[in-house]
Amino acid sequence: MNDVALAKSLSSKVLQPRSSGRAKTLTTLNEHVVEVISDSGEGAQRCGQSLGAIAAKMGNGVWTVEIIPAEIRPPARSVAGASGNCIRLGAGRVTNGGNETDLVIAFNEQVLLGRVRSGELKPDCIILLESMWRENSDPRIVGSYVATHDELVSAGYRVLEIPMEHECRKLVPDARRGKNMFALGVLCSIYSLDLQLAREQIALTFGKKAASVITSNVRLLEAGHEWAEANLDFKFRIPATPATEPQIVINGNTALALGILASGMEVCAMYPITPATSASHYLSDVFEKVGGVVHQAEDEIGACAFAIGASYAGKCTVTITSGPGYSLKQEAIGLAVMGEIPLVVVNVQRGGPSTGQPTKAEQGDLLSAMFGSHGDAPKVVIAPSTIEDCFYSMITARKIAETFNMVVVVLSDANLATSQQPFPRPRFSESWLAPPFDQSELPAGLKPYQWDQTTGLARRFVPGQPRGMHTLTGLAHDQLSHVAYDPEINHEGIRARSLKLAALQKTLKTPPVFGDDSGDLLVIGWGSTRGAIEEAVESVRAEGHKVSSLHFTIIQPLPAGIKEILQRFTRVMTIEGNWSDDPQDEIIDETNRRYSALAMLLRARYLVDVDCWSEVKGQQIRPNMVRRVLLEKLRQH
Amino acid sequence: MTIAATECLLRMYDERYGLEDYQGGVPRWCTGCGDNAILAAVQRLCRDENLRPEKMVFVSGIGCSSRFPHYMKSYGFHGIHGRALPIAEGIKMVRPDLHVFVNTGDGDCCSIGAAHWIHAIRYNMNMTVMLHDNQIYGLTKMQASPTSPKGLKSNTTPRGAYLDGLQPLTVTLGVQNVSFVAQAVDWIPELLYDILSAAFHHKGFSFVRILQRCPEWLPNLFDPWMKDPQRLLLLHGEGGLRISPALSKAYQNQQQHDPSDLNRARELASVIDPIPVGILYRNTDVPCYEDLRRTGQPRSHDFIKAGLEAEFDKFTVWPQESGSRTTAA
Ligand SMILES: Cc1ncc(C[n+]2csc(CCOP(=O)(O)OP(=O)(O)O)c2C)c(N)n1
Ligand code: SF4
Ligand SMILES: [Mg+2]
Repeated sequence: MNDVALAKSLSSKVLQPRSSGRAKTLTTLNEHVVEVISDSGEGAQRCGQSLGAIAAKMGNGVWTVEIIPAEIRPPARSVAGASGNCIRLGAGRVTNGGNETDLVIAFNEQVLLGRVRSGELKPDCIILLESMWRENSDPRIVGSYVATHDELVSAGYRVLEIPMEHECRKLVPDARRGKNMFALGVLCSIYSLDLQLAREQIALTFGKKAASVITSNVRLLEAGHEWAEANLDFKFRIPATPATEPQIVINGNTALALGILASGMEVCAMYPITPATSASHYLSDVFEKVGGVVHQAEDEIGACAFAIGASYAGKCTVTITSGPGYSLKQEAIGLAVMGEIPLVVVNVQRGGPSTGQPTKAEQGDLLSAMFGSHGDAPKVVIAPSTIEDCFYSMITARKIAETFNMVVVVLSDANLATSQQPFPRPRFSESWLAPPFDQSELPAGLKPYQWDQTTGLARRFVPGQPRGMHTLTGLAHDQLSHVAYDPEINHEGIRARSLKLAALQKTLKTPPVFGDDSGDLLVIGWGSTRGAIEEAVESVRAEGHKVSSLHFTIIQPLPAGIKEILQRFTRVMTIEGNWSDDPQDEIIDETNRRYSALAMLLRARYLVDVDCWSEVKGQQIRPNMVRRVLLEKLRQH
Repeated sequence: MTIAATECLLRMYDERYGLEDYQGGVPRWCTGCGDNAILAAVQRLCRDENLRPEKMVFVSGIGCSSRFPHYMKSYGFHGIHGRALPIAEGIKMVRPDLHVFVNTGDGDCCSIGAAHWIHAIRYNMNMTVMLHDNQIYGLTKMQASPTSPKGLKSNTTPRGAYLDGLQPLTVTLGVQNVSFVAQAVDWIPELLYDILSAAFHHKGFSFVRILQRCPEWLPNLFDPWMKDPQRLLLLHGEGGLRISPALSKAYQNQQQHDPSDLNRARELASVIDPIPVGILYRNTDVPCYEDLRRTGQPRSHDFIKAGLEAEFDKFTVWPQESGSRTTAA
């Protein structure tokens, strides 16, 4: 469905003067992107999350994206201060945040302005705007409100002013606390959502608070609903397909944390950093209940070293971080590679370099994940592509780490970290868990690095095991773990550590092609962009274009069979959230153009001309952006 | 079956280890290097405590002194520069059954690893930490270290070190949760042994600063103290060291010190000359981080499964909920 056309067809129906008293129009939609924004602290996030949860319960496809200001408490009514949630509701399964917003409910005009300026709203987006500012005692505020309102109207937006403050004051003395539930009621009315489910959601959200809090919030919800029923002349319905099996609704960081729990890992060592922290927050709350420990170390180096110590002592351990912390861990990661200590390192990528954009998503760390740490330090790199993947990737990572005695880097990003999506409730399997570590006596004569000549694998020794005494070292060492600078021995060790990647690669399946097996254009992605890419591919395929896509979740090592796939397409390109030079730039040509990370890797490995398109604006890559890129690429000759 | 097992147990407890059972690789330190004396004292301690070699882990960073684990016959972890302590913490957290020792140099501990050092004191995990303080970077060939005395000429301070040396003992004693601090010198083996033994027996983070000679780069650094026994101040008494009559004869500058007296310990620690030797501080009441953090929960599969399912429940949307309702539309 073409969203723009759809929204246009709707808008002609909805934009009747609301006092006309005419019956409401009810429009059935395939999907809608709705957002709730306020100053931070006014509860727009809670409103948005609740809306997502209610729609998910009804069986709608849902993807929620957090709108987070960069500062903890930006000044009130500031353009950069929007805090809230963007929720994509769909009739079917929703795999990404979708395109620009179709309907927004804003608590003041300034936060709204920020969203408009960064191009987050569709050209004819419906705007529900808190009207209280019109009567403000400060003439500057009134002026700014009126000016913004008029500007938005003349820009073609459908602006509806709603007296949230006024209505809420009838029920509560401080409307700042509670307006969000009024807004939820308005949205429940607009999207024809079950009010009873909304009441239950409120009870769940405020479950730990006094009953009076729940009652008061339910009253605000109902008031919002009533107001919208009486005053708005439109309603939408997005048909739901009720799920047949239980679904869980969580964000990517919660999924990572649950995956850690499920993998049987016992220790997570970390140092707080955005956007990885929320995973550790949640884990800190639940891990101890199953005998686990979250250790907040003095810094990321300490966290990584702590994790390495715990892994060395017999338990595979995880350390979680984001960009800057990942850079700090690099030396220790090299030690784990050298010592062949199983270790899982999660990097929830954010914008870089340096402190970069802490709350924004980027896919800028692929190369440092693969090649980081000095010298030849082969490690496994996996990148979950959905929220569900975030959960299972931790189980896979732990298994690979312990089977191959390797470092496994898991690359998530800020987009997955804070987005929510329902997926089938995982069914527990014993095989997820780490086996108890071996403490038995080692066979006489077995060496601590008795590398298999074909696979590079050696049995892991754990302190406490009789006959296994040796000193693990980050220095070049022989099979006995003796420090050795002999050129042959150094070669032997590096070879063995490298072969393990090849051995793992032999066990991997070629990823399936999305679409036909051959055609005019193959688009390749990795990590969180999967939903947007596949949606775009589907839409251009529906128009008859021979486009397919391929998505990598294991990037190092790449499975066999990729080159054959690339060769079946006339053109190949990657879509990535990292930097690549624009060939249109004046001084850029083929001799100096920097390609996106994956494109560069694929070019080098397969000697295939892989083009790329990338963006590092810190915004999620949207299906319609990808669509535009694909159509453009198809036009080129 | 039962008999065999008992026999096996008996044999296990009967087993006595000799010094040779703790000898790993042949030490490659320079002749006269104080690290040799520390190794000898540690091996004696292991023998006297009859420690099972597979139950010990020696963790180190990088430096001459950090070669220590290679020369022990036990498990060892020769890590990266400055990070011995967090590695040792990770080990101790999951394996309280292992004896964890740390060997670290003055650069390793007090410079690149300083943040870890401060926090390790505060965590107070049960391990024995030996600071091999030769007041110089040995392995990298004679650069000033944070503990180098002011005026010391080195390759990076050819006209003499600019700053006063950092005092590891005062730093350690200034950190919350400090539980054991002692000072030894490598050239009095008897005291070195006694101090390491006390450190080993203390449950908590036992920090022993050992003044260690580096004849290669600073052959005369400790001469004034070695030549004049009066310039050492031996701390002894109830709860501290017992000094043998023979030693008392040679080192007559002695002082009674109660290791539970933190203020006095801090005063003593700030004395550079004479060098205080002995146990400055001991507090057996400070909890160990690993004990605080270990929940004692069994890690059975059923238990983990139950925990996981309880979490899933919190986030689950059950199909019947949506099926049983009609929309408000
Ligand atoms: C990250 C890093 N920086 C620098 C070095 C080089 N380096 C190795 S040992 C050392 C200092 C050793 O001095 P100390 O810790 O006092 O040990 P000693 O050799 O004196 O026993 C340095 C700077 C290194 N190995 N790693
Ligand atoms: S250089 Fe100094 S510290 Fe290093 S081994 Fe030689 S004497 Fe010992
Ligand atoms: Mg030194």
